[in-house]
Amino acid sequence: MAENDVILETRGLTMRFGGVVAVNNVDFSMKEGELRCLIGPNGAGKSTFFKCLTRQYKPSAGQVFFRGADITSDITFQIARRGIGIKTQVPSVFDGLSVHENIWLSARRHHKTRAANKITDQIIERVGLGHATKQLVGRLAHGERQWVELGIVLTGEPKLILLDEPTAGMTGDEVGRTTELIREINRQAALIVVEHDMQFIKAIAQKVTVFHHGQILVEDTMINILSNQQVRDVYLGKHAV
Amino acid sequence: MTDLMTSFRRFDSSRHGTWVVAGVMVVLLFILPVLDDPLLLLQVRYYISMIILALSMAFIWGFGGIMCFGQSMFFGLGGYAYAIAVGNFGESTAPFFLAMIVPALFAAFLGYFMFFGRLNDVYVAVITLAVTLALYYFINSTSGDEYTIGKARLMGFNGISSIRKFNWPGDSTALLSANHLFYFAMGLLIATYVGLKLLLGSTFGRVVVAVKENELRAELLGYDVRLYKLAVFVIGAAIAGLAGCLSINYKNFISPNAFHLSLAAQIIMWVLVGGVGTLLGPIIGCVVLLYVSFILGTGASGGGLNTYLIFGLIVMIFVLVIPQGIVPTLRDWREQGGRYRRMTAGAVLSMAEQLPASSRAPVRAFGERMLGLAPPSGHSGNKG
Repeated sequence: MAENDVILETRGLTMRFGGVVAVNNVDFSMKEGELRCLIGPNGAGKSTFFKCLTRQYKPSAGQVFFRGADITSDITFQIARRGIGIKTQVPSVFDGLSVHENIWLSARRHHKTRAANKITDQIIERVGLGHATKQLVGRLAHGERQWVELGIVLTGEPKLILLDEPTAGMTGDEVGRTTELIREINRQAALIVVEHDMQFIKAIAQKVTVFHHGQILVEDTMINILSNQQVRDVYLGKHAV
Repeated sequence: MTDLMTSFRRFDSSRHGTWVVAGVMVVLLFILPVLDDPLLLLQVRYYISMIILALSMAFIWGFGGIMCFGQSMFFGLGGYAYAIAVGNFGESTAPFFLAMIVPALFAAFLGYFMFFGRLNDVYVAVITLAVTLALYYFINSTSGDEYTIGKARLMGFNGISSIRKFNWPGDSTALLSANHLFYFAMGLLIATYVGLKLLLGSTFGRVVVAVKENELRAELLGYDVRLYKLAVFVIGAAIAGLAGCLSINYKNFISPNAFHLSLAAQIIMWVLVGGVGTLLGPIIGCVVLLYVSFILGTGASGGGLNTYLIFGLIVMIFVLVIPQGIVPTLRDWREQGGRYRRMTAGAVLSMAEQLPASSRAPVRAFGERMLGLAPPSGHSGNKG
């Protein structure tokens, strides 16, 4: 197969909620090791697209392929086991447990207890939460909880990572650190990043996909996207498309 | 600073608590029979069976996050399984295990539909409530002669009486004495408590708690949450069945009331009052509420008070005033107390620095003692 290096592909992916079509017949494809940015105005269907990929929603129609395998009928935990990790828009972490326990639970999924302990310490160091190991995650600041979730996702060593607004609630410095971390992660895994922060997108983007009304509007490099009249109209609310 | 940390850790150690509780149980195990009070032993055996039932609910609700409104069904199933099996076999070893196996199988069957069908908490509560009531009415209607399993009649609302007690394994003629029955029950309580603690500390237990904390994240990590919930439900059912079997060995009798709503509700009250998310809490809640109902029931209170009315009041007071339950609230107080003590000690120590050198030592020693530190040698020791 010539598609050997395609890591993720959707064919005609559609998600309807009653009369609302949140994701409309999306044909999306990306390669191994790619870092793809997903942008679009609020309600464009980006988060719903992510939820369809991880089967938090069951797509109304269409198929999802991961590394050539049809994963449309897999359920959430099976998709996770195949190597897709996701950081959700509202941080999904274990608020009542310590930072260490959060990361450990992710590490233990793939390793024996002793190895998991070691990996946990490494990851906590890597995301810079060494000072808060024993603290309950629910008591951390929003930005720090984002880090915890990133740590949880990284620990699973996924082949494809979906990041839904990873810099929300972070300070300027923290955004900088996230940018570095994402570049670093990209050496081992493909990434799809949903973000509204254009500075951040500019800093990391290779190829950008623009969503609008549940469909792919354009797909191009960041420079071309920025000068694209259609995209400007969509963001500024002109009645285009 | 590190000293502060160690003293903080001492206040935070829930692990020591486990050994204290288990230790108290072991002490009771040896002391109570020596008192030579058969009535007391009998009474304690009743409490033990109820405490084990409380532990089963504490586990599935407090740690597994499964709100089972019909935990009494497994208690009843365990009891009936024992009663029917022992009536048939005339020997208690296999029935003892069946008392855990039957409820566990039933829980596996029921739980499969609930958890693999992805029902949410409210539906789980409603379904378990409905099932226990269905069993209650079913067993109630089995007084006819046609309802027999092997040699044992179900007896319907009359209940099954004069059920054989435990015998030594393999020798059906050697029944356990009252003391031995107590040792056996207490031993099982200790095993249940320590076993649950060990389970909760294991990888399985940690994942179970994670599933309760955030089901979605646990699943996104690749854990099959349906399986974990089912396992918790089944383990809880087996423990409740064990309680049912022990309770029969206390009163030689079982009736459909084992499935009744009032018991189902009481189990929830024990956990609620003692503290959801702990094992010690429900033990305390169970003992306290049983004792309250004993006092009200015997009329020692002057009589005329409705037990359920009082229970309703107690639950309302707890929900409004101490919603966390007894044990978590005490734990908070202790931590708070520790914080105040350390703050005061810090103030005393800094005050000591301001004092003239001659009177500094005793004040500092006092502050250090408040912090719970041994006075550093060569410091205050030299001067004093």
